[in-house]
Amino acid sequence: MSIDSVFVHKMWNDVELSKMVAGGVPFPMLSDAGGKVGAAFGVYDDQAGVETRGRFIIDPDGVIQGYEILTPPVGRNVEETIRQVQAFQLVRNTKGAEATPSGWRPGKMTLKPGPGLVGKVWEVWKTNMAFD
Amino acid sequence: MPEEMTVGCARPTGGPVGEEPSPAPDSPTSTAPAKEVSPMIMVGRKAPDFAAPAYHQGKFVSVKLSEFLGKWVVLCFYPGDFTFV
Repeated sequence: MSIDSVFVHKMWNDVELSKMVAGGVPFPMLSDAGGKVGAAFGVYDDQAGVETRGRFIIDPDGVIQGYEILTPPVGRNVEETIRQVQAFQLVRNTKGAEATPSGWRPGKMTLKPGPGLVGKVWEVWKTNMAFD
Repeated sequence: MPEEMTVGCARPTGGPVGEEPSPAPDSPTSTAPAKEVSPMIMVGRKAPDFAAPAYHQGKFVSVKLSEFLGKWVVLCFYPGDFTFV
């Protein structure tokens, strides 16, 4: 979503993005002329008149589970977004019985919070597990 | 799910939908300095619903966030088309 019109979105997709991604952008390119939606999400910069690089993960109940907002010159890390979605999905699927420690990826161990784990995380989880 | 729409010369726009922040009916507007409306964005809270026009695979459509209830959504804002990053 940006403040550009759907017509400009079409041109950007057709002229440039479709040359980067086969078939063009697969998801809807949303238009927010005036920045009203961006303002509701706290990402509209009214001095610059544009939206900052906000990214929101919204769960199936419509609840925001995570967000990240960057200033324009630095791009996002798509793999990190996917990792976070996978982690939130795991937590949801286990109804909160499992939690994902720092640096978790699918296949790495999760933590099962409970009385027996209090003060014992150091025994089961090592700091090098935060890194790939 | 998104509904196709016809576009004319008027630039289509969208905006937040749902409960509007209603001003207190009996409060005088003169004395109190205008309060900044702080965005109600917080993890663990509902995302504000909105409807917005969109370009999607060759069509102009209208997209409403609440149509995606039941699915995971990644919503991305960016400064503008053709802005390099």
